[in-house]
Amino acid sequence: MRIARPRAARMFVAALAIGLIASGCASERDDDESGGDSEVFVFGAAGVPAALDPSLGSDGETFRVTRQAFETLLDHEPGGTELVPGLAREWSSNEEGTEWTFQLQEGVTFHDGEELTGEVVCQNFDRWYNWSGTYQNTTLSYYWQTVFGGFAENESEDTPEPNYVGCEAPDELTATITVAEPSANYPGGFSLQSFAIHSPKSLEAYAEDDPSGEGEDITFPAYSQEAGALAGTGPFRVTEWNKGNGEVTLEAFDEYWGETKPGVDQLVFRTIPEESARRQALQAGDIHGFDLVAPADVRTLEDEGFQVPVRGVFNILYLGITQDKQPALGDIQVRQAIAHALDRQNIVDTQLPEGGVRATQFIPDTVAGYSENVRTYEHDPELAQQLLAEAGAEDLTLEFCYPTEVTRPYMPAPADIYELLRADLEAVGVTIEPRPLTWNPDYQEATRSGGCDIYLLGWTGDFNEAYNFLGTWFDGYQQEWGFENEEIFDLLTEVRQEPDVAAREALYQEANEAIMEFLPGVPISSSPPSIAFSPDVNPPTVSPLTQENFAEVSFK
Amino acid sequence: MLRLVVRRLLQLIPTLFGLTVLLFIWIHRLPGGPAWALLGERGNEAARRQIEEQLGLDEPLWVQYGRWLRRLLQLDLGNSIKTGQPVWEEFTLRFPATVELGLTALVFAVVIGIPLGYFAARRRGSWLDVTAVSGSLVGICVPVFFLAMILRSIFAVNLGWLPSGGRLTTGIDATDVTGFAVLDGLLTGEFDASWDAVQHLILPGLALASIPLAVVVRITRASVLEVLSEDYVRTAESKGLRKSVVRGRHVLRNALLPVVTTVGLVTGSLLSGAVLTESAFSFGGIGSFIRQAISDRDYPVLMGFILFIALVYVLINLLVDLTYGLIDPRVRVN
Repeated sequence: MRIARPRAARMFVAALAIGLIASGCASERDDDESGGDSEVFVFGAAGVPAALDPSLGSDGETFRVTRQAFETLLDHEPGGTELVPGLAREWSSNEEGTEWTFQLQEGVTFHDGEELTGEVVCQNFDRWYNWSGTYQNTTLSYYWQTVFGGFAENESEDTPEPNYVGCEAPDELTATITVAEPSANYPGGFSLQSFAIHSPKSLEAYAEDDPSGEGEDITFPAYSQEAGALAGTGPFRVTEWNKGNGEVTLEAFDEYWGETKPGVDQLVFRTIPEESARRQALQAGDIHGFDLVAPADVRTLEDEGFQVPVRGVFNILYLGITQDKQPALGDIQVRQAIAHALDRQNIVDTQLPEGGVRATQFIPDTVAGYSENVRTYEHDPELAQQLLAEAGAEDLTLEFCYPTEVTRPYMPAPADIYELLRADLEAVGVTIEPRPLTWNPDYQEATRSGGCDIYLLGWTGDFNEAYNFLGTWFDGYQQEWGFENEEIFDLLTEVRQEPDVAAREALYQEANEAIMEFLPGVPISSSPPSIAFSPDVNPPTVSPLTQENFAEVSFK
Repeated sequence: MLRLVVRRLLQLIPTLFGLTVLLFIWIHRLPGGPAWALLGERGNEAARRQIEEQLGLDEPLWVQYGRWLRRLLQLDLGNSIKTGQPVWEEFTLRFPATVELGLTALVFAVVIGIPLGYFAARRRGSWLDVTAVSGSLVGICVPVFFLAMILRSIFAVNLGWLPSGGRLTTGIDATDVTGFAVLDGLLTGEFDASWDAVQHLILPGLALASIPLAVVVRITRASVLEVLSEDYVRTAESKGLRKSVVRGRHVLRNALLPVVTTVGLVTGSLLSGAVLTESAFSFGGIGSFIRQAISDRDYPVLMGFILFIALVYVLINLLVDLTYGLIDPRVRVN
């Protein structure tokens, strides 16, 4: 045994030495994780894109990738929400708002060498309008159905009536799109990435490549899963989608028509679902930037020299109230009491990143139609108690749903926000029954189907139109709110059909005032989702719509 | 031997059938559903109805099961609801990564665990023993996510020795031949890619090995302690056999039986452990894919994966039984 002891020790030391040698070798890793090539910019994304055809997408991770390769008729100003020319240099509509004419940019070429013309624009819109079969499923055509209604031949009762009538190209660089009814979705809807213009060659090549839908299947069409199958006009073109490694690679398009030429040769979006893993990947130099930084990490990253530019706010977090789930909630005094009980400024001060603001209505102040004259509900626990007493609801018990395991741009730490709100409500005598649910799908189902008394939810705008917020919630009866209010429903119907932008703005203000008087829920805050970059890059202009143009990125 | 293998494989059929029925009912009874998962924040009731109709989720459960079973008998696991791609393709795309990671963890568990457990037992009460026992307790107790964060923080962020996650460095030249990144590099002569893949395997491998390693250490230690007190060991020592013979032939070989069973069991558990580890390290294997599928209520993927795990467990157990025969002559005789 005495002999064995030093032998064991020798083995241990040997094992340690091997480990250290291995680590020593590892330490010789190239500091630049991007394969040693400084012209490769790697961005950490929270999720994988669903498809490489933006027409089929409805989520931010899909659009973040496709936006670099596909362009829309209209765009948003860098860092802002105002509409600016995209593939169309000018646009106008008739007085009724039913004919939208776009004058296209000259000399725009697709990645496959085709040229942009009015006819090409019409081919794209006609393709979407004539979708059939599985394409008519909301999963694949959410934004078409939201902005243009149904299809040439609807195949389901649940599909809305089409609002799109047709498209004509009176000359080579003009396209006129006709719709049946004016809508608040125009012209903002033309900036949606889902309506990015594809090359005519791509459209022809994949015309027959349908998605399938049989039994428990919705299969994305094969072309939408292949890198480089579709040609757009953007500054980058997709060259590889490594699904196993969770990476989409784009290469600079040398013949890009626009002014902002790509500042890097390659752009890679790498999927890193875990928030802390994204931060550590940036700190380790494995990536050059990532989105959805936890507010608690912002200061740390800044102190370490990382860049964390502040976006403008373009979202709303609200406390939802389901009135027909709990009779007491149908009483306006009870809803007012809830609003007065909540210390929303405390949420902003303690839970949101820099730039977060308290909300007074269901749209952020960056959206046209914001009203300065809405009724506000200051934090006043005594008044809340008094209102509850007057309503005879001193013993009010509410089931409070909140999501777990999720971070949303408008709600960085749901459980912490819930805790603060719960404490506020209990302080005025309301008994809270907590109901934590996993975000997807349990929480979505419970809240949308009216299964919670009160709950936390929010919305990030798609484009600068108040209807994109208000219409989502209050254009008619919805189970998640559980109320009927003809005044509000009629106002939103009116504003939806109003072609004049200025008139719409006044109507939105009126609607906001009516909504805050009725108080269907309590708007809590608007929060800028944080984005971080390594010190050695020139980051893109950050966008309140999270529509960063990565062509602006370059290395210092 | 052949009869044993065939009999065990035949026993698999009713086991798997029962399992599919139970799983199908359980998974479809989970709250929420794929429609909400697909729609997310943009969903509404009409859209949900439309999707459920499309997916056939509005039909009775037995009809859905019948359809699923019919396809399974044709070796078709269906398509992922989320990605829209065949489940089998999704698995084969990601399976090599998970195997690589599992093997790495297994190597850590066996190569470190057995010697550590053995020497801890031989020096009972020494600092090595105390460290091994308390270390294994920590290995079992620390959640994988926390361990992942600590490992990344030390080795990737502070020391910069190892990558923080992923499977290969972005932009490295790596030709895909078999899907096994380390092997592909060796086959194609892209040794940089192989080395890069090995580096990417170390941290997730350690995290995934934490529980199996701890279990192997403890079982080996306990087993060696038991064998050391056996009469035949004392006899062997007293008759003057060399220490190495006593240790190798008498102690270690006898002590290995329960260790082999344990290694078999932990090998199966590596697959389920990969679900958390791969997610924590953004390692693109089956594990991280399944974690997403759970959130998405991606029924076909979940059914396919759980069936697959069950199959692997049964096959590993079969392999363990066969290995017994090699180690213990009494099993062969019986």
